[in-house]
Amino acid sequence: MAEQRGLAPVWTQVGLTAAEYRDICARLGREPNDVELGMFGAMWSEHCSYKSSRAFLGRLPTEGPQVLVGPGENAGVLDLGDGHAVALRMESHNHPSAVEPFQGAATGVGGILRDIFTMGARPVALLDGLRFGLPDGERNRYLAARVTEGIAHYGNCVGVPTVGGETAFDPAYEGNPLVNVLCVGYLETRHLQRGAAPGPGNAVLLIGNRTGRDGIHGASLLASRTFATEASGLRPAVQVGDPFVGKLLIEASLELATRGLLRGLNDLGAAGITSAAAETAGRAGTGVVLDIEAVPCREEGMTPYEVMLSESQERMLAVAAPNDVAAVEAVCRHFGLQCARIGSVSDDGRLRVRWHGEVVADIPAAALSHGAPRYRRRQIRPAAATAWSPGPRRPDLRPGDVAPTLLALLARPTIASKAWLYRQYDHQVQTNTVLPPGRGDAAVLRHRPTGRGIALSLDMGGRLCALDPYTGAALVVAEAARNVACAGGRPLGITNCLNFPNPERPTVMGAFVRTIDGMAAACRRLVIPVTGGNVSLYNETAGRAIHPTPAVGMLGVLADAGAARGSGPAAAGQVVCLLGPAGRARLDGSEYQVMRFGRSAGRPLAPQWAVERALLSVLGDADLGLASAHDAAEGGLAVALAECVLTADGTVGLDVDLPAPRGQGTALRLDSLLFGEGPGRVVVTLAEDALAGLLERCALEALACRRIGRTVPGGARLRLAVGGRVLCDLGGDELGVWKGAVGAWLDGQPAGG
Amino acid sequence: MRAAVIVFPGSNCDADAAWAWEQATGGPAVRIWHDTADLGGAEVAILPGGFAYGDYLRCGALCRFSPAMQAVVAAAGRGLPVLGICNGFQILCEAGLLPGVLGRNAHLRFVCTTATVRVDQPATAWTSACAPGQRLRLPIAHGEGRYWLAAEELAALRQRGGVVFRYCDASGEAAAEANPNGSLDQIAGVCNPEGNVVGLMPHPERAVDALLGGTDGRVLLQSVLRWSTRAHAGAAARG
Repeated sequence: MAEQRGLAPVWTQVGLTAAEYRDICARLGREPNDVELGMFGAMWSEHCSYKSSRAFLGRLPTEGPQVLVGPGENAGVLDLGDGHAVALRMESHNHPSAVEPFQGAATGVGGILRDIFTMGARPVALLDGLRFGLPDGERNRYLAARVTEGIAHYGNCVGVPTVGGETAFDPAYEGNPLVNVLCVGYLETRHLQRGAAPGPGNAVLLIGNRTGRDGIHGASLLASRTFATEASGLRPAVQVGDPFVGKLLIEASLELATRGLLRGLNDLGAAGITSAAAETAGRAGTGVVLDIEAVPCREEGMTPYEVMLSESQERMLAVAAPNDVAAVEAVCRHFGLQCARIGSVSDDGRLRVRWHGEVVADIPAAALSHGAPRYRRRQIRPAAATAWSPGPRRPDLRPGDVAPTLLALLARPTIASKAWLYRQYDHQVQTNTVLPPGRGDAAVLRHRPTGRGIALSLDMGGRLCALDPYTGAALVVAEAARNVACAGGRPLGITNCLNFPNPERPTVMGAFVRTIDGMAAACRRLVIPVTGGNVSLYNETAGRAIHPTPAVGMLGVLADAGAARGSGPAAAGQVVCLLGPAGRARLDGSEYQVMRFGRSAGRPLAPQWAVERALLSVLGDADLGLASAHDAAEGGLAVALAECVLTADGTVGLDVDLPAPRGQGTALRLDSLLFGEGPGRVVVTLAEDALAGLLERCALEALACRRIGRTVPGGARLRLAVGGRVLCDLGGDELGVWKGAVGAWLDGQPAGG
Repeated sequence: MRAAVIVFPGSNCDADAAWAWEQATGGPAVRIWHDTADLGGAEVAILPGGFAYGDYLRCGALCRFSPAMQAVVAAAGRGLPVLGICNGFQILCEAGLLPGVLGRNAHLRFVCTTATVRVDQPATAWTSACAPGQRLRLPIAHGEGRYWLAAEELAALRQRGGVVFRYCDASGEAAAEANPNGSLDQIAGVCNPEGNVVGLMPHPERAVDALLGGTDGRVLLQSVLRWSTRAHAGAAARG
């Protein structure tokens, strides 16, 4: 009797339900054996199958003339023109990082790199979206420091620059840190490689590291369920990364791709050989026969079950014509990599696994790769949020409180400089980094063959999405596009990562669907396609759930990499202008609301699409002569102005006079004007003689543009007035709290690889 | 002038070094895989940055066993100009071409930023175009750049003018505050007694293009053109 073995039913041991087990029996016409059940458990896990989310992901717009490869492959590919393209993909490694932050983050980087070079693209940039609990918690500090080190460990070693990202600290991520990793690669379009196993009779090769017992059940048991407690007991399910072999795999794979020696290439990630074989066969409509005693193993006595489900890192599955196998092996030998012929492509649509000649698994490949059930789980639509009113018991700021409030906000770990993190990342290697981290609203890299640039921004939701998932998701897309435009880029495409708690709770599922709808609407309004991404569910520990946290990786293109624009003013004696609706801001969900009133409540302002489109148009026009651009985000307009000063070279200050607060209809509070948050506002600097051109263009676009001040010599300084009254005048030393705040929390953390 | 950029498994700045050489000098650069002793007729050799062999045993420790490195050691003995950058500096120390060792940064974390260094020894193959005391802004990116050697060796190194680069502040003072990794005496780079072999932790190959924020690295790559002209002239005179 297969249903009782030991104490629990067999299906629960691999994370499946009784109904799913019955479904498997129906597809096989019999009960699965142990190996087959393990393979189904991994492939039908939430992590691999997207069974709760797939029914809704189709709502995202994925098409455009620039999309060469959309969702469903290892990475999306966008056309840069002239025979060149760029591959991009984002993935989460949240659960492994919660259990073992160093290896969890490192293998997250390793995995996303493989997704990129699988496409035949050379990885050229990494970005990270990180969320931690508040740094006054010791475990949170430890997680933040060790995740940073893990990212540095892998990225630095393989020589791919980590050029940007976003990090925030919020109690909702206590015990559930988020580690989302984005990778971008360059390729010549003619070298585009697919993750497919075409051509019955072709050889199936396993390249790279030996297979060990690490990471078994990573997909099913680690990534696809909530944790009852801090899950350190699951540490054996976390893989261990080997960036040295990762680097060799990059070089070998790219040589194989550029020499045209492969028919298909797929990385081994979650669910190991099972997933790579099933997916490549599934994409090609073929089958695969594996003789897995040929898999080089790290230790003796590994069973077929372990070989098929191991998540050992730095392995690739390659498909080659029989005539090319010797050449493939020679390339691998050159780089000191193992290359084992473990099977061949068949024409019967089955994934058949043999062990010394005996068939140990025989499953329709499509049942594994596409056959998982799709759930439309019960949803409860989030209640409509209503705007928050501070009321008479929470009075407006007095003018004398503005300076201390600004300094306190600048020292908030979510707002403060993340230099403590990114200084640990090699952000210069490959010598393409035109706008490095900390200098602009997006990173900019040059594309040497064409002289163009690409702008990259990674933006994540959180608190605002908890208040209003639909608007929150739209805001993330709008901000990512604005960031790319501030750096001088024209948005080209998106990769995303959707981080949510347990989808079996109807309120979570409701928020998830609203998030998709908000993101889809924003992408349609801005005409930016989604090229793929990742969903991470079950981000809960001991009943604590994360905010709905969509992450957006936005890629933009610059006609000339030299036109990249920083966020800080470039020279003294220039004009400062504010683009967009100055007074359209609310305290709802703002960093200021949390800091001063101890709560996050209300309803965030939604993007005005006409304003956002006009901003993209104006900021994307290199001929207007804008010297710098920075959008107002967390902390509002006053923090944005301070950040302009802090990200400049230290020789220039700002002297700004904002219009007296006037809201829409009612009088706007001073704190709302200075620290309230709202989309669509960008601070730009430009030479005096470029001002007329900017004003004319903004008038044409119906975009508000107001001259608010000048850049001044004499060092970093922010002199801020409202309606002619100076409210703060802060020098570089005082503003410097922004620079040291994160380090002050994290410096004491243990370090050392 | 032809440069050989030696590529070990795990090197990751080899393409940057080859490109920078071509940008700064106009000469060709060939990448030499570690398994050959044939340096391809190169007149200079560059050991690039990266994580050769993963740095798993000790930074740079395994490279000296490779045929390419053995060829570099032999050629260096005959006067071939050799530049070791970052991991390449570590490799030169491990191979015994340069004195000292590079240990883990004092703060135990990888550091990537821009440092200012002062040229304390312009009479080397790779600094001959520099003025004494010239300050250079160069990128750094390393986890193990803390230079160390025993007190008597340091004295000997100083005595012979073997300290080529020191971290300094904007005024040129080799101050401890300007030291990004805890290196002994703010040392950022050293040379062998003949001056043809130089190793440094900063990355001159990342500073040859104004688009990327600076061109202070060019002078180091261009120095070797003058040096070899001089060496050849000397050889001709002696011949």
